Amino acid sequence: MKDNKYQQLVKKHTPKEDKLKHALIAFLVGGSLGLIANILVTIFNSFGISSKDSAIIVLLIYIFLACLFTSLGFFDNLVAICLCGLIIPITGFAHSICSSMLDYKKDGLVTGIGSNSFKLAGSVILYGILSAFILVIIKVILYG
Amino acid sequence: MTYIYSFLFVGFICLIAQILFDNFNLTNGHITSIFVVVGAILGFFNLYDKFAYYVGSGASVPIMSFGNLLYKAAYYGYHTNGFLGIFSNMLTTTSAGITAAIIFSFICIIFSKPKN
Repeated sequence: MKDNKYQQLVKKHTPKEDKLKHALIAFLVGGSLGLIANILVTIFNSFGISSKDSAIIVLLIYIFLACLFTSLGFFDNLVAICLCGLIIPITGFAHSICSSMLDYKKDGLVTGIGSNSFKLAGSVILYGILSAFILVIIKVILYG
Repeated sequence: MTYIYSFLFVGFICLIAQILFDNFNLTNGHITSIFVVVGAILGFFNLYDKFAYYVGSGASVPIMSFGNLLYKAAYYGYHTNGFLGIFSNMLTTTSAGITAAIIFSFICIIFSKPKN
């Protein structure tokens, strides 16, 4: 078979990355996470917990579930399906810490888990703190 | 009504993230870093609190709230304790997320088997 024809065949049979479908799935998954958070907060409110505390409890539940599923090994498959719907919520942050811990567990407690736990999540903390610091300085200079 | 708003708000953020992810060849780390910085900028213009007023507690779910909370805590620290307050107060409101992520992942990792 000629190269040209072969390339056409390959092009025909490689699965197309459907961007619209990805975006829609991310929208639905992320939206339902936000919706569930709101519903849970309402439920906790009815037990007499203040909304600030119940928001923290919901975050803890999300983080715990993300860590549990990551350590059980099927959160990566979920991320492959739901994409940014699971990365942008706080579950993505927990997943990045937990998965880097899991990958380096065999190297021991200190050199493995300890030194690699923030390998992926470190960028979030670094740039969050850096941007917050710079913005506060700007705000103080401009408005006092 | 807050339920619908929270669905649309978090979903819309994830939608934008997915579009960026597909079109600009970024990794997960890039996306989350960009959104934290965007959250801090939204906090700077006092916009995130306005969204959160309509969205309710769903606004604390996306990673943008992390940047917003960092900015707000640092600014509050400046007002209570001056320049030192920025340093001492920066991580106060976000400590729940960071601590929970560390503790829970450590507990889960201890009892799990590493991947091959």
